[in-house]
Amino acid sequence: MRQILVLAEHRQGQIRDVTVEMLTKARELSQKAGAEVAAVLLGKDVRPHAKALSDHASTVFLIEDQKLENFNSEAYQKVLYKLIDEHKPILTMIGHTACGVDLAPSLAVKMNLPLATDCIDLEFENEILTVTRQMYGGKVNTKATLRKSESYIATIRQATFAVKEETPVNGQIIEVASPLSEESPRKRFIQYVLPPPGGVDITAAEILVGIGRGIKDAGNIPPVEDLAKTFGASLACSRPIVDKGWLPNDRQVGASGKIVKPKLYLALGISGAFQHVLGMKGSDLIIAVNKDPKAPIFGVADYGVVEDLFKIVPALKDKINELKAQKA
Amino acid sequence: MDIIVCVKHVPETAEADIRIDSTGKGIEKGGLVFDINEWDDYALEEAVRLKEKLGGTVTAITLGSEDSDSTLRKCLARGADKAIRLSDPKFEGSDCYATAKILSRAIKGLPFNLILTGAQADDDGYAAVGAMLAELLEIPHATMVKKVELDGDAAKLNRELEGGLEEIVDVKLPAVLAIQTGINEPRYVSIMGTRKAMQKEVKVLGLTELGLNENEVGEIGSWIKIEKMYVPPVEKQAEFLKGSPEEIARRIAEIVKTKGLM
Repeated sequence: MRQILVLAEHRQGQIRDVTVEMLTKARELSQKAGAEVAAVLLGKDVRPHAKALSDHASTVFLIEDQKLENFNSEAYQKVLYKLIDEHKPILTMIGHTACGVDLAPSLAVKMNLPLATDCIDLEFENEILTVTRQMYGGKVNTKATLRKSESYIATIRQATFAVKEETPVNGQIIEVASPLSEESPRKRFIQYVLPPPGGVDITAAEILVGIGRGIKDAGNIPPVEDLAKTFGASLACSRPIVDKGWLPNDRQVGASGKIVKPKLYLALGISGAFQHVLGMKGSDLIIAVNKDPKAPIFGVADYGVVEDLFKIVPALKDKINELKAQKA
Repeated sequence: MDIIVCVKHVPETAEADIRIDSTGKGIEKGGLVFDINEWDDYALEEAVRLKEKLGGTVTAITLGSEDSDSTLRKCLARGADKAIRLSDPKFEGSDCYATAKILSRAIKGLPFNLILTGAQADDDGYAAVGAMLAELLEIPHATMVKKVELDGDAAKLNRELEGGLEEIVDVKLPAVLAIQTGINEPRYVSIMGTRKAMQKEVKVLGLTELGLNENEVGEIGSWIKIEKMYVPPVEKQAEFLKGSPEEIARRIAEIVKTKGLM
């Protein structure tokens, strides 16, 4: 039976969420396509993970090698090349993560297999892979077909497919000998760099005031900081604010920053790109202020305000102060 | 150190109103402001900084129509020495794969130690061209690069992983590095610099000059074909608060109070 192959992503001893999300989607796809789900796990001393993966996959290919202890796109590429070449899965799913984007494009070129990246949905139509992707920072969805091929590669967006409670498959674990004869001479993993300790822990805040690109200038931050103080809130932000050096990266909410779940998240001038939403959609209450009525942030917010944030900030500060005065 | 930087001329859409065009496969470009792709802006800055430190040249290269010249001029004004535009009607509709192929053909004839690209483009968001280009040129690559230190024929790099974590990797040169935003602070261009850049030559190369076959480029040479574009369906829509800023502020204060947050 043909397979849908899912690359298990793990780091520092943990299977990453995207792995099970992909396996869940693979199971759904496999039923329609008449294929079975296979997971592939590369690493050193990772057998316990293989057991966990076998709940979701009929087959788990386990390749253990000292040289696979940490992710290295060149080593992974060699191993996957051989496996895909031998088993010809109809589809290989890889997370659209820092690892996935380092691996999938070169693997696809090397194997001459059509690749679609950052997919938020995918299906087979007459054996041709059709994918849904986003463009223009999530403002547009695209449905695209891939060139006809007996095998495809796709990278899958994180936190897109909900993990369902399903009967464990109890699949077989197949040990595969590592084809690596030496450490990759061109690329070498040295070490992880942890974020610097200290700073503000925005994940502990009950109320967060998040700012985005709409703040326009570093000079516009102090009035928002004042508003945050009035609320008893911490100041958080989206990626562009950190990129510009206006706030330190311990304030960043999103895929490459922190995942926060405050009681209130007030989003000011944040468009709501997927990466940011991933970090704050679990907030109890979300109120968003943005000039663009079509901003994706309004798709996750409970309350929306289409207005210039610079008009709302001072007015809101006054009202909150009034509220506090009443209580006092 | 000869560095090639691949850049793309893209519409700024973060705060713009986007409409699907009549073909249903693209967006209406009229009224949108085009500029250098944000990730490429950081890549260009990194290239110019490396050149300033180590000497050598920076060549900016793009694939696009004549409109892209303004992005190339920006690169020249910011410190690139040469600019190349890969242009041909046949290139239209190229996906990441066809784009990487066209770029690789142009780059094969150039001297280089390092190629920098943005980690992704703001328009199509494939995040694939850099690594594909490296594979086509048979050289190593690293993506999501947040720090570059060159040491002889190797580069020591910080790659951005998720959740604030980074990793350090060593890559042998020549290599392709796909640069993540925030790696540096792109400089502003003086008016003098911009004026001088207007006089520099932009070299234009097409299908024939690159020795490419029309089956290798454009939609035919691509792996991905866009069938339809549409505005994402909203699963949930916020309740919009309307009125004057004061009225809106009062409503927010009420909500905050009702939820027991103050």
